[in-house]
Amino acid sequence: MQDKVNEVIVRYRKEEGSIISLLQDIQEEFGYLPQEAVSYASERLDIPLSKFFGVATFYAQFYLKPRGKNIVTACCGTACHVKGSERIISRLFRELEIPAGEDTTKDMTFTLERVNCVGACSIAPVVIINKEVHGKMTPDGVVKEINKLKEPEA
Amino acid sequence: MSDRNIEIKVCMGTGGIAAGGKAVLSVFEDELRNAGIAASVEQHCSVHKVGCRGFCARDVLVDVFVDGKKTTYEYIKPDMVKKIVEEHLTQGNIVQDWVVKDDYHTFHEKQMKVVLADCGEIDPESIDAYIGRHGYEAMKKVLTSMSPGQVIDVMKASGLRGRGGAGFPAGLKWEFARKNPSDIKYLICNADEGDPGAFMDRSVIEGNPHCVIEGMVIAAYAIGANGGYVYIRAEYPLAVDRLRLALKDARERGFLGDNIQGSGFSFDVKVKLGAGAFVCGEETALIASIEGKRGMPRAKPPFPAQKGLWGKPTVINNVETLANIPSIIRKGSDWFSSLGTEKSKGTKVFALTGKIKNTGLIEVPMGISLREIIYDIGGGIEGGRNLKAVQTGGPSGGCIPANMVDIPVDYESLARVGSIVGSGGMVVMDDSNCMVNISKYFLQFTQAESCGKCIPCRIGTKRLLEILIRITEGKGRSG
Repeated sequence: MQDKVNEVIVRYRKEEGSIISLLQDIQEEFGYLPQEAVSYASERLDIPLSKFFGVATFYAQFYLKPRGKNIVTACCGTACHVKGSERIISRLFRELEIPAGEDTTKDMTFTLERVNCVGACSIAPVVIINKEVHGKMTPDGVVKEINKLKEPEA
Repeated sequence: MSDRNIEIKVCMGTGGIAAGGKAVLSVFEDELRNAGIAASVEQHCSVHKVGCRGFCARDVLVDVFVDGKKTTYEYIKPDMVKKIVEEHLTQGNIVQDWVVKDDYHTFHEKQMKVVLADCGEIDPESIDAYIGRHGYEAMKKVLTSMSPGQVIDVMKASGLRGRGGAGFPAGLKWEFARKNPSDIKYLICNADEGDPGAFMDRSVIEGNPHCVIEGMVIAAYAIGANGGYVYIRAEYPLAVDRLRLALKDARERGFLGDNIQGSGFSFDVKVKLGAGAFVCGEETALIASIEGKRGMPRAKPPFPAQKGLWGKPTVINNVETLANIPSIIRKGSDWFSSLGTEKSKGTKVFALTGKIKNTGLIEVPMGISLREIIYDIGGGIEGGRNLKAVQTGGPSGGCIPANMVDIPVDYESLARVGSIVGSGGMVVMDDSNCMVNISKYFLQFTQAESCGKCIPCRIGTKRLLEILIRITEGKGRSG
């Protein structure tokens, strides 16, 4: 882990104000922000851990907990909202059996997250599954897409 | 056969790709090769991607040019390509069933494209395509024949107002920063398009990134900035990729970097990814975020033009504002100020979405009526229902009720009815949408996105939301 964090640090060492970029790259590397990785970066750079924590908890994009193998992002923008995104989201929570108050399935296969707007409003409602944008979604349609990922790999 | 000229443009903005644009493009390449057309017309055959052309609801949209004659097909899937190649390109018979219908033309009729003129026409990943459309000419003109003061005069005379929401005159903003002496100044392009229901900036960067870069170089020259940033949402991966590529290409051609085009003026641009905070669209919060801090706004003055990024004079312009600049320089301030209304000059790009037939990206002259946008361009309400309201300006804007549909769309008129032009989101609601639910939605949004610094927002939105939740649960109390 330290080696990977070191690589990231070298990239941003000389740049002012790069805490956010640094955290973004650590997250890119590990899929979330592992406490050890951030603590190590804080020590190496002599920047208080509280500063990292402040930034990490301020921005929606940082995750302090490990995430599932498949990431399902439901857009909750205004256009998606008026076209029924809430129905899609509640169906997804039921279908994936995600425990109340959580966003990831127990077996770590799926993480379901909401995003304010992905700017694909003209094909609302939108769901992004593993970075692929699916437009004009319906509750049934999204379940179909999810089931494709549930099938055992050949 | 061999002297035929064939060009195929496949829409590959985020909308086009979601509908299968990538596959359509590659099947076109394969089929043209299989049919022997690619070989027989050689260099006169080109298949390329274009950015958003606005009418995303009809994607994948494909333009087929045979000897300059254009046919536009809609809803194209990869398995339909073979038939187009066989019938249209080999036999010369257009596949009429798949050609766009009248509503495609009415969608475009009342539009006026300045910012989007080349979006959907050129390959956004080719700097030569942009140069072929007068790209970087305005920059060269500015660097070789105009003083910074002259550039600012042109901008002031054009009447261009900031397209990010507040509508502050762009030329004045530049002048403030110009007048503040400093060894270092910054220009920031605000591409943190946080308003839900808005995707103008995403589409412009995806469709014509060089136009924004050219605008940035001109703005930087006018204010005397040597450092530039584009603060862009990480939620827009395609826009980020195309922007990075465009910056690299511009640098290689000497349009960015030291001593641009031998003018002695140096300027370069870095990309900073936003990390998902709505409030960072606000100037001082955006600056804090670039500095690596929590994106919390601070009180103004001092304005960023006085004390901005790292305490240096800074101008922050929105993507669309910057994208207007090359045309204004090239065609002159008189041309620009002849468009629009007395106080709102030029055109405005809107993201037309919600319960409307023709959803998509539109650009209209300022002052056009809301009715024309909804019924002529938008084709009216989906499913034969009635219009209830139009939400403009994102969470800080307002809902314009159906009985005000005849108002002109410009800064003053929208402000008069209690809304704002904002960045350009326009979400149409029909009679099945509950306005209490919509208000609740926006309050949930603003409450979740409040940075927590100031009490009216932190506590106020929470209390308002509680009241609305009570109402929706039938427990409303009299005030």
